[in-house]
Amino acid sequence: MNAISATSFLASKKLTLSDPDWVRYALIVATLAVIGLFLLLPLLTVLIEAFAKGWDAYSASLSHPDALAAMRLTLLVAVVTVPLTTVFGVSAAWAIARFDFRGKSLLITLIDLPFSVSPVIAGLIYVLIFGAQGWLGSWASEHDIKILFAVPGIILATLFVTFPFVARELIPLMQEIGHEEEEAALSLGASGWQTFFKITLPNVKWGLLNGVLLCNARAMGEFGAVSVVSGHIRGLTNTLPLHIEVSYNEYDFVGSFAGASILAALAVVTLVFKTVLEWKQKQEAAKQAVEVH
Amino acid sequence: MSISVNNISKHFGAFTALDNISLDIPEGELVALLGPSGCGKTTLLRIIAGLEQADQGDVFLKGDRVTDQPVKNRQIGFVFQHYALFRHMTVFENVAFGLRVKPRRERLGEAIIRKKVHDLLSLVQLDWLHDRYPDQLSGGQRQRIALARALAVEPSVLLLDEPFGALDASVRKDLRQWLRNLHHDLNVTSIFVTHDQEEAMEVASQVVVLNHGRIEQQGAPGDIYDHPANAFVSRFIGQTNVFDLEEHDADWLQTAGLSAAQQKGKIAHVRPHDIVIEKSTHHSDAYVTLKDWQHLGALIRIELVKSGINGHAASVYAEMPNDQFRRLHLNRGDKVDLRIRHAHWFH
Repeated sequence: MNAISATSFLASKKLTLSDPDWVRYALIVATLAVIGLFLLLPLLTVLIEAFAKGWDAYSASLSHPDALAAMRLTLLVAVVTVPLTTVFGVSAAWAIARFDFRGKSLLITLIDLPFSVSPVIAGLIYVLIFGAQGWLGSWASEHDIKILFAVPGIILATLFVTFPFVARELIPLMQEIGHEEEEAALSLGASGWQTFFKITLPNVKWGLLNGVLLCNARAMGEFGAVSVVSGHIRGLTNTLPLHIEVSYNEYDFVGSFAGASILAALAVVTLVFKTVLEWKQKQEAAKQAVEVH
Repeated sequence: MSISVNNISKHFGAFTALDNISLDIPEGELVALLGPSGCGKTTLLRIIAGLEQADQGDVFLKGDRVTDQPVKNRQIGFVFQHYALFRHMTVFENVAFGLRVKPRRERLGEAIIRKKVHDLLSLVQLDWLHDRYPDQLSGGQRQRIALARALAVEPSVLLLDEPFGALDASVRKDLRQWLRNLHHDLNVTSIFVTHDQEEAMEVASQVVVLNHGRIEQQGAPGDIYDHPANAFVSRFIGQTNVFDLEEHDADWLQTAGLSAAQQKGKIAHVRPHDIVIEKSTHHSDAYVTLKDWQHLGALIRIELVKSGINGHAASVYAEMPNDQFRRLHLNRGDKVDLRIRHAHWFH
């Protein structure tokens, strides 16, 4: 009796859940076509164009001083912004998840602001503040501090566009995990820092790494905001995305696509890291949830 | 006094969680903070632990004023309602945590820590689970690991927040007995919070009844049951029948054996086991009818219906041992005579 009802149940479940074959194939083909057309084809074009004049031209354009300077600047920007965004993200998430205070929801909205503001506007904000006619422009020039059209401006603009990444990743995570484990650690005699490093951080590490990875990808790839504040000075204030644009506008297609291939490779590496992270996380969860009883 | 609380008050916005509470707990007691949900019992426990700050008042542990001390300096062991085990650590690492975070000069050697953790795990009878993660344990096992972890730092007082609240009824029964025995062996002054009066009566050596942020009564379980200080305690601890003299016929209580001289208040609380019933011998003026009964193990709970003066009926519950009830040969619908042996009077 049981067996019969079980099979009929399975059969009915199958009937209700599966669509006709042609629907399935149509959907799969459509998805693949879109991915191919809009993701793989451009990626392929980048590589074809980059190597259009052979390996030597490719490596020559990448080892050009301006290209190397652009890569160094991009790395510098990432090295400065990612740790700052991480510290900000962790402290903001901590404050929001742990404390109740007036204006908390406003703060959450503000953290999201860079997501909803066009990066160009983000750049313009700094022009308005530090430009020659800006609020702090004359003060900065009097003290011989160069912000606009210099590295500090690029870092500020990149900070603006990247600062939600880590916070956004951590806030829901920390809210879900709650406060009890930290209280337990404190009651066992741990100091605040010990609690943070031994309890809080391990509990959010996957979310944190994910946020850092996305933040890094954005910091290296940001174009709009950086473009406004950089001034496009070759070898000085051009990041890799700007270098690509400048080269392209000067009909240096190999140079431009060679740079693009570096950014594309970065994207692929980011994706691989992200996949590995997710896989590790699943492994750990599986290790902790081996059947006991 | 091992734990002393002086004039503690705590407000959350307009809500008064604790209203000028003072409490003394002698060394070695196992005390239950008992009360309905929202009465402030968990807040009081957290204030004693230092996890929450009181608006006013002082906390003393072993005679030292610890009001301004953070939780880590108070030498308390705290067991959380949902255990709060460190999910990324094994059972062994969880229990060892308190020993390993000590400053270097106070920290024990690794070999001693190992031995100590295994001893504690044996104490809670779970040494065989030492390399498991919390997710792999049952509720009762997690509870015992949480307790072992709290005991590892040799706390001077042990505080438990609803220790059995999240467990199955059968596991809960076992753990209650186990906790009592453990306390007997270790003799650490302990406070646990519960809303379950049966649990408080069964486990604790002292019960503190809280309601609306105030202490209603403190005493040994038997005292509180036999001499409730007020109507709230009487009703909260155990079953009780409530007779309001302004609504019920005082004459009726007289026929039930409570003469006017014995009526020392407006409201009478009568425990079910203080009601004796017999099959009615005279048919006319008996106005209590047996409606139904339930088996509660060794006892029978009998539901009686008393027709009131203006026709509206009220239920009265009596309890008696099984065999005694069987000897009465009563059936549903029988008229019975009722006698009240003892009542608590309140105003």
